[in-house]
Formats: sequence, structure tokens, C-alpha cells
Amino acid sequence: MNAPVAIEVMRERGQREVFCGLTGIIWLHRKIQDAFFLVVGSRTCAHLIQSAAGVMIFAEPRFATAIIDDRDLAGLADANEELDRVVDQLLARRPDIRLLFLVGSCPSEVIKLDLSRAAERLGARYLPQVRVLNYSGSGIETTFTQGEDACLASLVPQMAVVSGKPELLIVGSLADVVEDQLVGLLHEMGIDRVSCLPPRRAGELPAVGPDTRFLLAQPFLADTARALEARGARLLPAPFPLGIEGTRGWLEAAARAFGVPAERLDAVVEAPIARARAALARQRPLLEGKRIFFFPDSQLEIPLARFLARELGMQLVEVGTPYLHRAHLQQELEWLPPGVQIVEGQDVDLQLERCRAARPDMVVCGLGLANPLEAEGITTKWSIELVFTPIQGFEQAGDLAELFARPFVRRGLIAGATRQPVGEQAA
Amino acid sequence: MKLAVWTYEGPPHVGAMRIATAMKGVHYVLHAPQGDTYADLLFTMIERRSERPPVTYTTFQARDLGGDTAELFKNAARDAVNRFKPQALLVGASCTAELIQDDPGGLAEALDLPIPVVPLELPSYQKKENWGAAETFYQLVRQFARRDAAAAPADTSRSPTCNILGPTGLGFRHRDDLVEVRRLLAAMGVEVNVVAPWQATPADLARLPDAGFNVVLYPETAGAAATYLKRTLGQAHTRITPIGVKGTDAFVREVAELAGLDPEATLVRARAASNSRSGWYSASVDATYLTGKRVFIFGDASHAIAAARVAADELGFKVVGLGTYSREFARDVREAAALYGVEPLISDDYLEVEAAVAQAEPELVLGTQMERHIAKRLAIPCAVISAPVHVQDFPARYSPQMGYEGANVLFDTWVHPLMMGLEEHLLGMFRNDFEFHADAAASHLGATAPAAHRMQEAPAASVASVVAEQAAPAAAVSAATMPATSALAATALEAATPGAAAPVAVVWAPDAERELGKIPFFVRAKARRNTERFAAQQGIAVITQTTLYEAKAHYAR
Ligand code: SF4
Repeated sequence: MNAPVAIEVMRERGQREVFCGLTGIIWLHRKIQDAFFLVVGSRTCAHLIQSAAGVMIFAEPRFATAIIDDRDLAGLADANEELDRVVDQLLARRPDIRLLFLVGSCPSEVIKLDLSRAAERLGARYLPQVRVLNYSGSGIETTFTQGEDACLASLVPQMAVVSGKPELLIVGSLADVVEDQLVGLLHEMGIDRVSCLPPRRAGELPAVGPDTRFLLAQPFLADTARALEARGARLLPAPFPLGIEGTRGWLEAAARAFGVPAERLDAVVEAPIARARAALARQRPLLEGKRIFFFPDSQLEIPLARFLARELGMQLVEVGTPYLHRAHLQQELEWLPPGVQIVEGQDVDLQLERCRAARPDMVVCGLGLANPLEAEGITTKWSIELVFTPIQGFEQAGDLAELFARPFVRRGLIAGATRQPVGEQAA
Repeated sequence: MKLAVWTYEGPPHVGAMRIATAMKGVHYVLHAPQGDTYADLLFTMIERRSERPPVTYTTFQARDLGGDTAELFKNAARDAVNRFKPQALLVGASCTAELIQDDPGGLAEALDLPIPVVPLELPSYQKKENWGAAETFYQLVRQFARRDAAAAPADTSRSPTCNILGPTGLGFRHRDDLVEVRRLLAAMGVEVNVVAPWQATPADLARLPDAGFNVVLYPETAGAAATYLKRTLGQAHTRITPIGVKGTDAFVREVAELAGLDPEATLVRARAASNSRSGWYSASVDATYLTGKRVFIFGDASHAIAAARVAADELGFKVVGLGTYSREFARDVREAAALYGVEPLISDDYLEVEAAVAQAEPELVLGTQMERHIAKRLAIPCAVISAPVHVQDFPARYSPQMGYEGANVLFDTWVHPLMMGLEEHLLGMFRNDFEFHADAAASHLGATAPAAHRMQEAPAASVASVVAEQAAPAAAVSAATMPATSALAATALEAATPGAAAPVAVVWAPDAERELGKIPFFVRAKARRNTERFAAQQGIAVITQTTLYEAKAHYAR
């Protein structure tokens, strides 16, 4: 490994305006289709997931909250017995469930409700029908995408042992369409044994062992990577598969590890890269030279900033990230333009001050900040959309650029029709 | 511990945020972990507010727990006062901070801040959002309303004055209701002293005693404060919700009495200033088909009770279900349910409400966004009448629920989802016409209706795709959040609810099946269910044409 790049990082500590790890349930429950996520938490936790997942109030979803109440706190009811009762009720209702995650929250952690013991106890009762695992999505332990990290890390000890021929494991949830594309490219390169974590179904959990090489598909998987390494698997250092360069670099890391000749890699990626170039060329005039400011959110900020700067010519004003995992992001950091302002952590009020002073052309931020900034005349892009949308790989590079171009296009289209918001002043 | 799939109300500190956000000059310092900042998006996305809610969160983390979370709170409070320069500071704890017992009230007091501090004790593991809003407003009124003077004695030389209490952030049409009620009061000759909490400052709250009485728009949020003002200052308050023509008439009379005006003359003035059409529309012959429509009503207590009254007494519907998620107002809803001879449903369990709707087989559901989704799944028309709110509940146009204009709005929004009268007749008469074939839908249901129809009869597997088709336009917060292309749109595919259509053992003879096909689609599923239920009761194994008509006669009674 190369020596870590010397890069200036400003650390900030203050009010953080980010979701907690529970939010990951919104995409994880889609990804693992026979898993159920039971948050053991408060009404706040239930309301958070509901508010962030609002789009889905049309079915009985595969997540729910066991809401802790006064009786549990006062010790009138044994919280463990109560939890068992709720799980019984739930599994009776949903016989289709094969994997149940008990998801810890701030309240369950502060009252020291031991969910790992609960998972063991309930697992003993429900195996082999249902496997019961636990992880923490609490806001005191996890920030937004770290919930996925905790969830995947809890799957690692469940993975069977494998040895023999080297295998490639892709780690981190991707939209199915993206996953299929990337696996397809790897197959074309001659890497046949490819599996994914998380799997689409609980029963398809891949195996792991000393011959496993893994690629991270997401930049927020520190604990999962550590757990896999503890099982003997080896991380392939790579950039993240965003944009042409990132995707190529990511595939190249696999090619190196599996002895794929350079010509073969080139032949496989040639056509998709040409398509991606054409798609990016259409967006570039809309983005080139525009100044962009990232509020911290998903830890995707640094790879995104790298893509926007290098492939679309945007200027980086500030790149905020909730955490900076230097080792996993080494290639990404090297690729950033020199002197870029990276901020780890957050003090939202100070950051807003810097943002207003810098008057960037675009701000990438969470839903709580977007409309207020728009009302101040600043174009925004909601960061959460970047987590829910297929953006990785060559075929999605154009879509990813378009996500950033769209707010500018829209502003142009409706120019003249917009007025200062009047909503609250009506009365 | 209680299993919750969806919740009707957030935690009580969200109620406090609704008060803080409605007001001016207050700031709320909330001791809470980072994830709790999601609540900001309720205001900035759903309500499309142009400013962040006036809330500072301490966002303590696990590593702070051993150390000094209290210090974190004190710094946050001090910084918030310096930065935002409010006239008053609300301080409190969210569910997690309640457990670590830092006592925000005591800590803030020790800071010796230059402004008044209102400590909030909102028990998160017991109470919910509306209670939190009511308690917060009450605490503010208690602290700021002057107590030195009794209520201003009636001064006959001046016009009577009142306060309007209740409108908050994230309220269901609060913004428009307020405009409408102000107009109504102006027409009656009653002046408004203070509106609160909407846009009120702590200084405005001090002036509350200057009014002769209080108009309470939403007892859920203003009831506690109004009761306090009555007890301490002798300020009377209204009890009638001005929803529907009759409700508004009764409200006008009540206000006139409190204001010392002649009720009947005032009513004449109020009506003259209005543009009330709903009464005539309801009397017009086209509305005849509304008679006896079965309607299921669920919402917060005051909207649900008012909706039932309007449905039964102004539109001629039949109330077949009435319920609320507000346990605090369960008694009122029980009393109202007795008027319509229905079993009251007091529940905040979404699944229980869904089961009750399915069982009541209504032709129209008046509910919250939750019931809208239930109704969609059951292919029943629906209109939304109450919070919890959704981005669609903040329409760009003026759209109050209260007053005479509100009654017009109710007529339109409740009646349009129903089949238009003539169209219903035509479909019935020409049901075998090739264009009105079994799968044709009423035009106003648009392209999704045939799907909706299939959904009633299809097995669960295809329900999934049908719901998927319908889900996209129905999004909640994320209607705004998710582009149609997003990976999450795929979520819809999960919709197959277990137990949606339980298989029935009875068999349909071909003649009966054919006859069933002649029945208009919008009642066919019900006819099928009723006939099967009848057959099961009678021990009939094969349903014939005769069984079908016997069942029809049996249920017609
Ligand atoms: S931050 Fe903690 S209390 Fe708040 S929603 Fe997340 S897990 Fe629940």
C-alpha cells in the first residue's frame, strides 16, 4: 500500500443534521426480500422510519417497531418477555419471514436491553424456520448508512466457511439492476465465482474463507470489512464504482487479484465506457465550472465529489462527510483536486454560515435543509436520493450526472414563475 | 411493548415542535440524538416551510454518555440563545434523553439566560404528538399570559373581541381554516385580539387576557390552554367545531352568545357574507344518488366527529364506522358513534383499522393518509379529513375545512371520488354493452380503475402488481422525495398483503357466475362476498343463480 495521502481534514463537532442508522432499513428490507427488521425502540424511532420511508405506506411492510413503553421502563413488565411476545405475534402474522433482525435503538441501548441475547434466545426457538440476528441502528452509535454496515457485519458470522478456489465477494447493497450489470462484467472478464453481500434472499448468504477476495461497493462498510477480514477474506483496495473512472478502477482491482489480462479488461469495458462517455458529454455543459458544496450525509460524498470534479468539471467548495475512513477512501482521496476543503463531522449552524458566505451554485444536503436553502435562492440536491437511486456502474454514470444537472435544468425551465414562498404568511 | 407497523402520531416532542414552529420568537432546545433531527423534514418537506424549524438538537452520541451530556446541553442552549436571539426558550428531552435524566429545565435555569425559559416535561413513553402540542401550548400560555387582570369586562361601546386558539405547524388545513374563520368573525362583527400559537410571539401570549372569550379551533392542541384560561381568567371558549353548514351555523350562534350579540341576526350577517353552495348542491337532484352511501370515518376526534355529522346530516350518507386514534378524546367519539348506531373504534393500530374498514364494506372512506392507503388497497373511494398530514394536505389553492367555504370544499372532495350519479345509472343499465363491459370503469376513475376492480377479485399474486401501478402517485413525504425511477419505486412490488383474499370453499355454478358478471363491477365484489357468506351460513355448497337472488333478498331486508 502507498503511504496515506496528506490531505487536510477539518474536524467539526456540534449539531449533526443527519439520520441515524435505522434509516438503512428502508433499502435493506427491499434488498433482502425475506428478511424482517424489528426495531426495538421508541415512538420516535417508529416515526423516523415512517417519515423517511413515507412512500411505502401501502402495504404491510417488512419492518416494524416494538415500541418500549412505561411498563417496560418501570420494570413492571420484563422487557425480554415482552419482546418475545411481540416477536411471536409478528412471526405468526408473517410466516414468509426467514430472517429476523432485532434492531437496537438509542432507548434500547440506554436501558441496556441485550438484543444479542434476545436474538440467541429467539433463534433457538425459531430455527431452522427463522434465523434471528441483531445489530444496532441507534443514533448514538450509527449515522445513516452505518446502519447498513452494522447489519451486514451481523451477517458475517453466519456465513459458511469456504476454501478452495478464490472467490470474489461484492460487499454493500446495490440496486439489483446495478448488481447484475457489475456481476455480468466480472463474468465477462472471466471471474466466474462472484457472490454478493447482502444476498437477495436469506438462504443465499454467501460463504467466506481465506480464499475470498472482496470489493466494497459502498464507502461506509468499515465494520463489515473488519469482520470479513477476521474470517480470512482479503479486501481489494479500490475506488468506488461511481462514474467511469471509479467503475473502471473497481473492476481493475478485481482483474489484478484474479489475474485477468489487461487486454481482456479493456475489451470488456470498452463499449460500456463509450456509452457512459456519450451520456456524460450531454450533461457536462450543464455542470462544468459550477461550484458545489456537500453537507455530510451518507459517506458517499467523497467519491461523488471526485466524480463530479474529474468527470464533469465541477468545482468543489466544501465536501462534508460524517466520517472519513482514510484506508477505504485512499484512492478516492488521491483523486480529489488538491487543496479541497474536507470536513469530517458537523456543526450545522457553522456549516450553514460557511455555505451562505460561499454562495455555491449547488448544495447537496438532507431533506431538513433543502427547502430553506432553496428559499434563499440556492439550488439543492437531496442527498438521500443518491442512496435510493441506482447510480453505480458505467450504465448509470449518465443518470448520476443527470441527478445533479436536473435541478439546474428545472430552475431554467420555471424561471420567472417562481416567487418567494408565502405559505406561512397566508394568515 | 407494542408492535407498531405505522403510527398515527409522532412522539410528544414533535408536538412541541409544531407549537415552536408555528410561533415567532421562540426557540426549542431539544436534548436528543442525531437521528431525531429527521423531524425537521416534516416541516420543510411536508409543509414546504421556507425556514428550518426553530429547534436545536444536542445530538449527543454514545461516547458522550459516560461523560458530560449535561455540558453538551448547556452549550447548545447558550449557543442557540446567542445565535437565534429568541424572546423565549423552550427546553426539553426526547425519548432517549428522558432516560439519561439530565433535567434540561434545571440546567437551563442554572445558565441564567437573559430570556424566559419554559421547561417541557413530555413523557415520551406514555404520551404522543397531539398531547405534546397541547401541553407545550398550555405551558407557554401559563407562563406568558398576564394574570394581573381578570378578563376584560364586556365594553359595549367597542366591538366584542376574541382570541383564536389552536392552529399549529403541520396541522390539517390550519392555515386556510384560520383565514376562513377570521372572515367569518369579521362578518359577524367580532374582532380578533390574538391568534395563537400560529405566528404569535410570547409578547402576544401576554395579551391573551385582553379578549372577551376564546375561539378554540382544534381542541386537540388548544383544549388544555383554553381550559386554563377559563379557570384562571374566566375567559369562556367555544366548544363547537365550525365544520359543515350546520356546524358553522351552530358555531356562529355560539360565538354570538359569547360576544353578547343577537344570535339570529348575527347568523344572517354571517351567511350573507358567505358563498355557501354545498347545501343547494346536496339538495339538487343529481345528489340523490348520494343517499345512504355507506361511509367509514376515522381521524383525530374533532375532525372525525364533525365529518360524521356532515356525512349524515348534510349529505345523507349512512355512517357505518366511526373511530379515532386520539385516546384522549375517546369519550366524545363514543358519544358520537352512539348517534349513528355504530361501534366506536378507538385505536392507533393501523392493522386493526384496516380490518374494521374491510369488515364495514363502506362505499366511501373518510380518513387520514393511512386510511387512504387502506381504501386504495380495498379499491374503495376515499377522501382525507384529518392529520397525520402528507404533502398533499398542503394544497396550493385555498382549501379550508371550516366555515361555509369549508363546507363547499368538503362537498367537492367527498363527492368527487364517488361515482357520478348518471354515470352509475348508465353503467348499471348497459352493463352488457361492449363499451361498458365487465372491466370498463367509470371515466373519472381513470386508467387505474380496471386495475382496482381486478384487485378485488384477483388472487394475492396479481394484487402486488396492481398495487405497484397505483403506488407511485400516492407517495407520502417521499412523494416529493422519490423520483419515479428510484430504486424505491420497486418497493411497491412487495405489496401482496398476506390474507388479502381468503379462499372460499363454496363453488359457483356457471349460471350463477354468469349472472354475477352482469352486476356492475363496483358492487360485484361485494355481491360475491355476500353471496358466499350467505351460502356458508345456509350450508349451501354450490351457488346457483337462485342462491344469488336469495342472498340479495336476504341482505336487502
Ligand atoms: S436517533 Fe435514536 S431515538 Fe432517534 S430515531 Fe434514531 S434510534 Fe430512535
